[in-house]
Amino acid sequence: MRKELGIFILLLLLCVVVAAINPRFLVASNLQNISRLIGMFGILSIGAGVVIITSGIDLSVGSIMALVGILLSIFLTQKKWPSVLAVLAVIAIAAGLGWIHGLLITRLKIQPFIVTLCGLLFYRGLARFIANDATQGFGSEGFMWLRNLASGQLLNIPTPFLFLILIGILMWVVLQRSVYGRYLFAIGRNEEAARYSGIGTRKIISSAYVLSGLLAGITGVLMAFYTNSISPSSHGNFYELYAIAAAVLGGCSLRGGEGSVIGIVIGTALLQVLQNLVNLLGIPSSLNFAVMGTVILIGVVADELVRRRAVRKRVAQ
Amino acid sequence: MADPLLQMKGIVKRFQGVTALRSVDFEIFPGEVLALIGENGAGKSTLMKILGGVHQPDEGVINLDGKPVTFHSVSESIAKGIGFIHQELNLLDNLDVAGNVFLGREPVWGGPLRMLDYGKMRQDTEVHLKRLGMQISSRTSLATLSLAQQQMIEIAKALSLHARILIMDEPTSSLTLSETARLLDVVKQLRSEGVSIIYVSHRLSEITEIADRVTVLRDGANAGGLSKSEITRERMVKMMIGRDLEDFYVQPESTPRPGFFEVKGLRTARFPKREVSFSVGQGEILGMAGLVGAGRTEVAQAICGIDKPQAGSMTIDQKPIQIQSPKDAVAHGIYLVPDDRRRFGLVIDMSVLENMTLPALSRYSSQGIINSKAEHKAAEEGVKKLNVKTHSVDARVGNLSGGNQQKVILAKWLALNPKVLILDEPTRGIDVGAKAEIYSLLRALAKEGVAIIAISSDMEEVLGISDRVAVMHEGSLTGILKRQDLNEEAIMKLAVH
Repeated sequence: MRKELGIFILLLLLCVVVAAINPRFLVASNLQNISRLIGMFGILSIGAGVVIITSGIDLSVGSIMALVGILLSIFLTQKKWPSVLAVLAVIAIAAGLGWIHGLLITRLKIQPFIVTLCGLLFYRGLARFIANDATQGFGSEGFMWLRNLASGQLLNIPTPFLFLILIGILMWVVLQRSVYGRYLFAIGRNEEAARYSGIGTRKIISSAYVLSGLLAGITGVLMAFYTNSISPSSHGNFYELYAIAAAVLGGCSLRGGEGSVIGIVIGTALLQVLQNLVNLLGIPSSLNFAVMGTVILIGVVADELVRRRAVRKRVAQ
Repeated sequence: MADPLLQMKGIVKRFQGVTALRSVDFEIFPGEVLALIGENGAGKSTLMKILGGVHQPDEGVINLDGKPVTFHSVSESIAKGIGFIHQELNLLDNLDVAGNVFLGREPVWGGPLRMLDYGKMRQDTEVHLKRLGMQISSRTSLATLSLAQQQMIEIAKALSLHARILIMDEPTSSLTLSETARLLDVVKQLRSEGVSIIYVSHRLSEITEIADRVTVLRDGANAGGLSKSEITRERMVKMMIGRDLEDFYVQPESTPRPGFFEVKGLRTARFPKREVSFSVGQGEILGMAGLVGAGRTEVAQAICGIDKPQAGSMTIDQKPIQIQSPKDAVAHGIYLVPDDRRRFGLVIDMSVLENMTLPALSRYSSQGIINSKAEHKAAEEGVKKLNVKTHSVDARVGNLSGGNQQKVILAKWLALNPKVLILDEPTRGIDVGAKAEIYSLLRALAKEGVAIIAISSDMEEVLGISDRVAVMHEGSLTGILKRQDLNEEAIMKLAVH
C-alpha cells in the first residue's frame, strides 16, 4: 500500500500545482477529456502490469492496437460485418496473438522481450500492408453505439473511464483474491519454487500474455473509435511504453511478483496529467517526452531511496 | 624435515553465528602433495577459501615462508603464489585458451592505447601448455575443450601466475577414469618440480595413490593427520567420521509394508547410461547416501517430474503411475522437499501463509476465489502443528531461520496428505534443535503410513533416521543396506566404491 500511497500523493500534488497555475485544468471538459484518456490507457496498462507481475514484458500492445483499428475499420466499412461480430473478432485476434506470444515464451523458452519485440515490428508492418499505408476510419455516420462507447458519457463520466472502473474491479479481484492471481505473483517471484509446488507455470504465464492481448484489443477498439482516424504507421506508437511506464510508476517491479491494479491506474493517471500539464502550462510540446521521462525517473529513484532506508532501518533493529 | 612453506594456526571462522572453523591448524611443506579430507560440511572448503583470499579468518595467523601474511582478497593470495582451482571452473568459454590464461592481466603495447599483445599472450601460454604436456594451440576456443582439458587450462593459468601452492578442490569429480589418471600424472610432475599441492577430495583411492600426507577435518576442527606410510582407506574413513551417535533419533516401532512405492530402471538425464531401481515401504524411511554429485538429487528430481526421466517406470501400491511434470507428481501424492530451500522450496519474498497454502489453494477457495478465512485457519494450524517460530503467518518467509523455513515447506506438503515424501538434504544448515524436531516428525509421518526417502550427505543423519540405506555412486545404486548391516564404513565403502 505504501507505494500506491506515495504515487497517489504525487498525483494530487501535481494536480494542485497545475490547477493553481492554470485553473482551466479544473474545467469540466478538460477533466472529462483526461479521464477518457485515463480510461483507455488504464485498461492497456493493467494488461502490461499483469505480464510484468509474472516478470515478463509485453512490447507488442501498441502495434496490436494499430492492427485492431485497421482490421475493425475494414470489417465494418468494407466487409460490412455486423458490428458486434467485428468487435468480437478483432478482440479475439488480439487475445490470440497474446496466446501465440505465451506459447513461444513458455514452450520454446524465448525471452519475452524478444518475442514481443518481434510482435511489435510484425503487427505494425502487417497493419500498414493491409491498409496499403492509408489512413482508415469509420466515416461520420453509423456505428453509433460503438462511437458512444469511445466518446460518449454516462452521468457526465466518459464511458472509457467507466470501462476502466469495471475492468479494474474485476482485475483487482483476480489479482488480490483469486487462486490464479496468487499463482501469478508466486511465479513472478520464483517460477522454480512455484513449479516445484505443482503449479502449471507454463499455462499461467501464457494466460498473462492472453490477458495483455485481450485488454490491448479492447483498448484498440475504443481508441479506434475515439480517434476515428487510424494511420497504420503511427496509431498506437509508443503505447506499449506508456503502459509499461504506468505499471512501473504504479509499483510493478520489472523483477516480477509485485504490483497492484490501484497502483497501475494511479500511474496511468499521473502520466495523463503530465501530458495535460505540458499543454496547459505552455511548455513546448517537443518537451513532452522529456517531462515524462524526468518524472518517471524521479518517481523510481525516490522509491528506491525510500526502500533502502526501510532496509537499513530493518537491519539496524 | 624442512620448514613448512605455509602454516595456518588457530584459524577461526564464523558465518552469521555459526562456527565453521574452530581453531584449525594446517601446514604444507615445499614439494609435497597434501590431501585434505573430511565429510561434507567439515570445513575443508572454508579453510581453503581463507587461504585463497575468498574469506577472511576471524582469528588465527597465516605464515608464509615463516613470515606472517594476510590475504584480504583473492588477488592478494594469488600475488603470494597461491593458485586455487575451484570445483566449478572459472573460465570464459567465449575466449580462447590464451585469453583465459591472461584474463585480467593482459600484456599490452602502444602505451596509453593499451592494445592487447596477442603475441606475448600466446607465446607464454604455449610454454605452460607444453609443460603440462598438452597438445593444443593457445588459440583454441575454450568452448571446444573437454572438462578435463579446461581443468588443465586452469592449472596452466595458475602456473603462469607463478603459483607455489596449488589448491585443487575436488579436481576429479567430473572427470572420466583416464582423464583422472592423466591429471594425477600432472600432479606428480608438478610435485617433482617443487610445487606444493593441496588436494581436496572424497576419492580415497586417488589419495592413497598420490598423497604424501593426509590432514583430516571434522566438524570444523582438526581430526588428526596421517603420514605417507599410514595412509589406508580404513584409517581415513574412521578419522573422517569417528564420533558417537547421539540418541536424538527416534527409533522405528512398526514394521513397514514393503514395496509400496517402486522405481524400476530409472535413468536420469545426467547419468543416462545408469539405471536405478529401488522400492520404499509404506511407513519406511529409506536413507539415500553417497557423495555430493553421486546422482541422488537427480533421482529425486526425475521421480518428481522436475527433469523428465530418460526411462523407467514407477508404481504406487502396484498401480503404475505416469509423471511428466511436478504437477503430476503432486497429483499422485509424491512431494519433494528440495535441497535448495530458497531457490526451489519457497517463494522467499512471500509470506509464511502464502507459501504454506500454495499447492493446496484450491482447498481454501471456491470458484477460484480464495477464502481468506479458511486459508488463514489452515496456515495457523500448520504453524502450530509443526511448531514454526514466527510472529505471524503474514511474516515474510525469508525472515525465518533455516529450520523454520524447512518446517514451512513440510507444512505445505503435510496439508496435502503425502503418500511419498522425498527430502533432499532435509537438515542442511539447520540448528540442532530444529533438526531433532524434523527427525521426530519424519518418524511420526512414517508411522502414519507415508513412504519417505531421505537424501543426506550427513553420515550421522543417514545412520540415525533410516530403516534402510540406499547408497549411490556416480549415478548407480551401489547397494542397499538393511538396518542391522548399517555402519559408517559399510556406507563409505559403497559410496566411494
